[in-house]
Amino acid sequence: MELQAVFDLLRTTLELGLITSLTVLALFLSYSMLNVCDLSTDGCFTLGAAVGAVVALSGHPVLSIFAAMGAGMISGLVTSLLQTKMGIDSLLSGIIVNTGLYSINIAVMKNSSLVNLNKTETIFTMAKRALENSFLASSYKLVVIIVAVALVVAFLVFFLRTRLGLAIRATGNNPAMVKSSSINPVYTTIVGLVIANAFTGLSGCLMAQSQKSANIDIGGGIVTIALASLLIGNAFLGKGSILKRAIGAVAGSIIFRCVYTIALRLKMPASMLKLVSSIIVIIAIAGPYFRAQIPMIKRKMALKKGRENGREEQ
Amino acid sequence: MLKITHISKTFNPGTINEKVAIKDLSLHVKNGDFITIIGSNGAGKSTLFNAIAGTFITDTGRIVLDGEDITMQPDHKRAGKIGRLFQDPMLGSAPGMSIEENLALAAGHGGWLSSVTKKEKAEFRERLSLLEMGLEDRMKQPVGLLSGGQRQALTLMMATYNPPRLLLLDEHTAALDPATADKVLEITRNITSENNLTCLMVTHNMNQALEFGNRIIMMDSGNIVFDAEGDAKKALTREMLLEKFKESAGKNLDNDRILLSSEQ
Repeated sequence: MELQAVFDLLRTTLELGLITSLTVLALFLSYSMLNVCDLSTDGCFTLGAAVGAVVALSGHPVLSIFAAMGAGMISGLVTSLLQTKMGIDSLLSGIIVNTGLYSINIAVMKNSSLVNLNKTETIFTMAKRALENSFLASSYKLVVIIVAVALVVAFLVFFLRTRLGLAIRATGNNPAMVKSSSINPVYTTIVGLVIANAFTGLSGCLMAQSQKSANIDIGGGIVTIALASLLIGNAFLGKGSILKRAIGAVAGSIIFRCVYTIALRLKMPASMLKLVSSIIVIIAIAGPYFRAQIPMIKRKMALKKGRENGREEQ
Repeated sequence: MLKITHISKTFNPGTINEKVAIKDLSLHVKNGDFITIIGSNGAGKSTLFNAIAGTFITDTGRIVLDGEDITMQPDHKRAGKIGRLFQDPMLGSAPGMSIEENLALAAGHGGWLSSVTKKEKAEFRERLSLLEMGLEDRMKQPVGLLSGGQRQALTLMMATYNPPRLLLLDEHTAALDPATADKVLEITRNITSENNLTCLMVTHNMNQALEFGNRIIMMDSGNIVFDAEGDAKKALTREMLLEKFKESAGKNLDNDRILLSSEQ
């Protein structure tokens, strides 16, 4: 493989990793901080892609970014209202919204399951023109994405240190404490999910615009991929300041994409992506659980061994 | 100050599990009162606290705090006026957040989007040093690393950071070892007297109930069965209290926890 080809591959991997990292940061807020597993993420990602594509198609590439984020926020608002105001279990409300979003996404894409952006002005084509003669010309996509990720990380670092951010973290960390304090968990859950889904929408929008098309399956399984990335990041940079952990989330997403790219080079079929992400999530969550069981298992083995040797343990 | 009039609460009404937890209870608490509450398990002590704090809305009656009718207010709205500590030290603080972050939540200065200032940090340090537990040098550490006693002392500080109008202590030292319990009680005494807090304290320890406060209330079957204040309270002894207990409950209290903890 030529050096240039390697560079191109690396750049694409980085681009994909960073775009998905916005969804990972959304889960960082909803899953790690608020302790809500938001299963509407897949639909919301597609919603961001669909809205971003349709608005860009109508000739408003900059507006498309904010429209996608706005659509994500509305989706997050619905998910949060279902679980805080209507007594629907939080997992179930995510699934319900996710299902409903399928129809909405088709409707947004004007009753089609695909929107083509080949000749459409997007945030990326704008960046391409702006950077035409600079040394960044070939990395125009990366520039846009890095700016977006940096803004989201900066926002999270600022936001999670504010009183509202602390209240959101407390809601996820100790619901019992929040109940007897003046924090209204309904309010913090709503704010947390609305913000998280804005990032998911942004992530979907950038994905569609970078690959020049939005389709109804674009967000399929993204929640597991993002969760896998988040848990990979947690393993490396899971403790310490919010900044460190947010960077860990982004790094986790890049690592995930790198592993996936390498696997593809080694002739793994592309359709294996989702299985791999599922297995990573299983290992990341079940691993610590089994590790905690080890002393218990050892104890049982020792006891069994003692009996076999004909003597009871003292 | 706090006026509770004819409140009742029945759990699972109309079912086989129906339980009348509070029955037509009235209580008038004066400003600056420190009331200790005793009673056997299931007498309705914690239910009374839940009713005051708004964990549930009572079936009947009214609860008025400083002239404000809070009968129908949700718990988080009352929480600004009413501080509360539970027996379990784990319930009052967020283990994954640092001491400083927990205190920032409790202090609640500034708007929703404001962060902790240097001045606040200095104030946190100063207040933590009053606990004499060395917590002021561990402000960046997660609360989950603290011992039960340290955590309860911190929770007490958080609950009283902005002095509430009413402080509810629900056996807040019962889960601690005796030395730590004494320490937390001493802190309780200091904080309540310095801020002249109105306070209700549930305890299973008779000595504590007699030693603390200016008024004592005994509860049984969801109502107040004995109430002594001022000199009448001072004159009480453990034996008299036990006698009252048997008398009001009308039954033998052999296996009750209150007997065990009076044997100090």
